[in-house]
Amino acid sequence: MRKPIRMSILAIAAVVAVVGCNSATATPTATPTATPAPATATPTPAAPGAATPTPAPTTFSAGTDDGTKLTMWTRAATQARAEPLVAAYNASHKNQVSLTIVPTDDYNTKVGTAAAANGLPDVLSGDVVFMPNWTSAGLFQDLTAKINALPFKDSIAPGAIKASTWDNKEYGLPFVMDLSVWMYNKKLFTQAGLDPNKPPTTLAEFQADATKIGKLGGNIHGTFFGGNCGGCNVFTWWPIIWADEQQVMSPDGKTSLLNGDDAKAVYKAFAQMVSDGTALMPDSKTEAGPTWTGYFPKGNIGIMPMPASLAGVANAALADSDIGVTPIAGVNGGTATFVGGDAIAITKDSKNADQAWNFISWIQSDDAQVNVIAKPASQGGLGAVVSRSDLANNKYSSSDPRLVMFNSIAAKGQTPFAVNFNAAFNDPQSPWIVLLRDAVFNNADSAKIDSDNNAITATLQGK
Amino acid sequence: MTSAAPAREVGSGRRLTAKRTRQLVGFFYALPTLVYVICFFIIPVILVAWMSAHGCKLLTCTIPNPGQLNLPDNYSSVSGNDLFWPAVFFTIEYTVLATVLLIGMGLGLALLVQKGGRWVSVLRTSFLVPGALGLATASLLFWGVYSGAIGPFNPLMDGLNSLGTQLGLVTQTSQISFLGSPNTALLSTTVLIVWKYAGFYMIILLVGLQAIPRDVYEAASIDGASRWQTFRFITLPLLRPSIALSMILCITGSLLAFDQFYVLTKGGPDNTTVTLVQLIYREAFIRQNLGTAAAVSIIVLVALFLLNALQFRGLRGNVAD
Repeated sequence: MRKPIRMSILAIAAVVAVVGCNSATATPTATPTATPAPATATPTPAAPGAATPTPAPTTFSAGTDDGTKLTMWTRAATQARAEPLVAAYNASHKNQVSLTIVPTDDYNTKVGTAAAANGLPDVLSGDVVFMPNWTSAGLFQDLTAKINALPFKDSIAPGAIKASTWDNKEYGLPFVMDLSVWMYNKKLFTQAGLDPNKPPTTLAEFQADATKIGKLGGNIHGTFFGGNCGGCNVFTWWPIIWADEQQVMSPDGKTSLLNGDDAKAVYKAFAQMVSDGTALMPDSKTEAGPTWTGYFPKGNIGIMPMPASLAGVANAALADSDIGVTPIAGVNGGTATFVGGDAIAITKDSKNADQAWNFISWIQSDDAQVNVIAKPASQGGLGAVVSRSDLANNKYSSSDPRLVMFNSIAAKGQTPFAVNFNAAFNDPQSPWIVLLRDAVFNNADSAKIDSDNNAITATLQGK
Repeated sequence: MTSAAPAREVGSGRRLTAKRTRQLVGFFYALPTLVYVICFFIIPVILVAWMSAHGCKLLTCTIPNPGQLNLPDNYSSVSGNDLFWPAVFFTIEYTVLATVLLIGMGLGLALLVQKGGRWVSVLRTSFLVPGALGLATASLLFWGVYSGAIGPFNPLMDGLNSLGTQLGLVTQTSQISFLGSPNTALLSTTVLIVWKYAGFYMIILLVGLQAIPRDVYEAASIDGASRWQTFRFITLPLLRPSIALSMILCITGSLLAFDQFYVLTKGGPDNTTVTLVQLIYREAFIRQNLGTAAAVSIIVLVALFLLNALQFRGLRGNVAD
């Protein structure tokens, strides 16, 4: 009788050894929840007059700068822009922000588990599309009064604030802005007999130009897209639909409209570019996101959507003077962009709300916007899009008309709003990836697209 | 288990005390493991079971407030999940493939390096080295190799294509896609796993091989057994406990596969490489339904427990032989 008992203990031990290591995904929120919730203990209301409406914008300061150590998380995707911003703040303030970079794919997981465990940092930056999910779950402190007291409130790009608004309370501000544009290779345009100064102004022209460049042959391809990446095509295809004044979702983010006429026209155009060899294959079919912006700088792609940033695009294979940019156009004309990037907010777990406000309001100031964000990478800045419309024309942007264009389209952009955005669109198993792959690679008919679209609606509604 | 009753209550107190002391020492030796098992297995399993009974949401679930009781819906909704049955079948498919290849390769390598020799230790080490790498790191390494954007194969194919075109051998250029179709994605991932773990199973089987007494082989050779007969009728039967142990480890590990698919394929293309643990991950952290994720975890745990009990029965039979 002794042997079976020993064996069953051994069996349990083996399961412990193997499951113990692997079941971590199922349990991480379980243990830390034992800590009592201090969420309500944090003082939130803005002190009257906390924001000082100083006339000289470079000396703008709000909140408290008393040498507090602040913690902040951001995702790896925004690391290149977050680090210089934080470094510039730390260099000019007594407060010191300690930045933690989290792998992009794991960001939601980390935020989710930390939120349940009351372990969020003082300041959290996150993809604007995830904000409704977090604000609806009460992750942040109400900043409405503080934001309204900002002297330049009206010129802050509304996308991030709108995405961070829940129940008429504003919880976040823009951190870094990411817009989508069409980027084209002027050298390949010339080689294909196209005018490099006449970029496409409709989807049909985009397709025609790409097809013509694709015919150059060799290792030159008309276009490229991340066909296994939900987020990439949210970012780059939805503006084509918006440019035509059509919508991708109902305003409450509960019904998907991605089976509309314009949406189907977009799928059809890309399906044709796949089947006639204009799009780089098989990479366009397999690209799941991590390397989708790495193709254009190789210099052999004619035209493709890219984030609106020139940083790191030019290299030995692609001269800076050959990089052309133009706003994303609609099926029938018009232009639009996806106002993405990160919003920044003060979490429910922060006990340093006034100091954190000093940091996140500084990001909106002239100093940060112009001297860090707009300043070209060659001069030690970020060379990125500013999040204030009154600073669109600044001393740096005027040197490059492409930067002026980037800054000017933000106003025509949209930021989609849905509580279940990640599950519906960004996740690798999302129903949106099923739809786009069915439509572009599997020749799905209209009825199949409609039923795939219903699956997106179900996910948006949390079913 | 051990009562703290007073030791000196009967006449032969001395011997009893010695026995009790020995028991107590044994108990204290076992105590760290017991604490570990209670903290990191028993309590988490109870918490998971408790979560699986409630409509627990990732961002708001706390111990005093786990959401409403959601039984049996959390469990009954699992089979209605579009990804569940494909994930079950795919996980089994991968487990069979990985187990056959890993144990086959492990045995082959063990036979190759069982005898001493000048280069044998170099070979043993090089087979074992990939096992020292973390699985996520190894997966990332292979992801880089397989990638069309940063891997070495696209430039290589570009070179071959242009050479072929110049020589008039090819009319249409072609590229390799390691993760582009369901089968290549499964095979590419299995290649990584075999590369990483074959050395580990080689070591387990090597220990088994070296435990087989020399005289059995000598007796066989005196009886005129051929090499195949020696392998078939002496090596394999005597190696059965080691093979059984390898199979238990390999099957359990493969059924819980996550890292390699999470890094390499992310469940794609077209959701064809979603494993059960990935499904749990998606349910918990993407759909934020801890309740249903916990329900799937419990189902997997019960299945694994039954499977392991079954395999241990087999192992016990072998030992008894």
